[in-house]
Amino acid sequence: MTGAIPSLRTWKRPPLILKDPRWRWTILLGGAIYLVLAISSVEVNWFRVYEGLERGWKFIQGFLSPDFSSRWRDIQAGLIESLTMTLTSTVAGVLISVPIGLGAARNLAPLPVYTICRSIITLSRSFQEIIIAILLVAMFGFGPFAGFLTLTFASIGFLSKLLAEDIEDCDSAQIEAIRATGADWWQVVNYAVQSQVMPRLIGLSLYRLDINFRESSVIGIVGAGGVGATLNTAIDRYEYDSAGAILIIIIAIVLVVEYSSSYIRRWVQ
Amino acid sequence: MITSANTKTWQFRTSKQYMLRWTGWFWLVALTVFCWNLMTEDTIWAFVADAPRQASDIGSRMLPPRWGYLNQLWQPLWDTLNIATLGTLIGVIIAIPVAFLAAGNTTPSRHFVRPLALLIIVTSRSINSLIWALLLVAIIGPGLLAGIVAIGLRSIGFIAKLLYEAIEEIDVSQVEAMRATGASGTQVIDYAIIPQILPAFWGISVFRWDINIRESTILGLVGAGGLGLQLQSSLSTLAWNQVTVIFLVILATVVVSEWVSAKVRRAVL
Repeated sequence: MTGAIPSLRTWKRPPLILKDPRWRWTILLGGAIYLVLAISSVEVNWFRVYEGLERGWKFIQGFLSPDFSSRWRDIQAGLIESLTMTLTSTVAGVLISVPIGLGAARNLAPLPVYTICRSIITLSRSFQEIIIAILLVAMFGFGPFAGFLTLTFASIGFLSKLLAEDIEDCDSAQIEAIRATGADWWQVVNYAVQSQVMPRLIGLSLYRLDINFRESSVIGIVGAGGVGATLNTAIDRYEYDSAGAILIIIIAIVLVVEYSSSYIRRWVQ
Repeated sequence: MITSANTKTWQFRTSKQYMLRWTGWFWLVALTVFCWNLMTEDTIWAFVADAPRQASDIGSRMLPPRWGYLNQLWQPLWDTLNIATLGTLIGVIIAIPVAFLAAGNTTPSRHFVRPLALLIIVTSRSINSLIWALLLVAIIGPGLLAGIVAIGLRSIGFIAKLLYEAIEEIDVSQVEAMRATGASGTQVIDYAIIPQILPAFWGISVFRWDINIRESTILGLVGAGGLGLQLQSSLSTLAWNQVTVIFLVILATVVVSEWVSAKVRRAVL
């Protein structure tokens, strides 16, 4: 038989997501309409942008030939504030978030304590650092102390949430084994839970240290101390070479913190 | 009675481990105290002691919220959504090629192109979007465009990093199977790699969009449009009852975007 097969079907690539064509078209169309509306509502002063290109070029030049020396005193003061703020707030954050994390783990805490601790976590996580910084600067005055409080507050939500989830994921056999020996609550936490979550807790604290440094370089913009204030001043004065120097220092420190913390985490776990 | 001299009682750790641990803790505490002293050198404690009074004062000004102000917030809210969405779009478009250049198994050259792509990722990731906005407002002038570009530049690093990790983790056998059919390089990417990373890609993009909504609410503080602009003007006129309304709008937006992103991620993953 050499006759042509009438129903020769060629393979057609199936859609990768949104298998239903109706949904696919609705979402595509909705997306297109949104894009048109959104782009038309963005007013751009192209002349200003064109003018700015020259300044952008100057900034890139400043970034490539950074000036560390002429503003070094300000940069140094900002960096010291940022670094000290980072460490103290991480330590304070860990100290406070351990009890809250224990309280927010359903397998260790009774319901009322659980509810209270979970609401503290939600409160701390729902606002970003900048907004908390604005409020705390208004209350405690300008300077790194307000920044320290901001970062501590933000760390609490982050660390306690992840710690509580870790405790809830603990191997319950070990907890039961310790409990079966007649251990009280403290002993259960000390011998069954702590040994399981400690490596993770150290890893999380280091990760938070990293985040806190990044944030500490920003909250200075609203007056909470740190190198952000120095950077803000440098950009406002169009001193792009100094701004480039600060950015390079920030990137370098972030890299060092990130690599050393991932190294320590691998070593701990 | 026989008392054996070498009955060992069980100990949690050996004495050497104890020593190591205590020296470690000692240095951490010492460093923290040192940083604390350095940080609080210039703190005016009178302001800190005054904080509860300030807090109650601000609290009384913040309440009741001025609900009428809500009508002036719809336009900034729309702007904020646009900054986040269009910024994410720019970030995604640039991040995809960067991710393919950075992934060890798709990069054209390990020694030349890959480090360059990783440098782009690191630079974008270590600089906070508020700092990007600060720079861009100085360069291309205040307005929505600066915010969109700032969010876009910040998103590149995040999306590209997670995406290239996803690309590196793909199943190699599918790539080999495609190659065995004689597929060209782009066909391998199109038929073997993209179907594997697509769910991760959508998850990452929506996750970043969610983060961008959070960040774009405050970009206006440095002049990049959106809700932050209203926040800035309310703060500088000390209109705390308007600040409350803005905070509530930000909170609602963040909660809704988090819900949407969780929904979408569950649908695609």
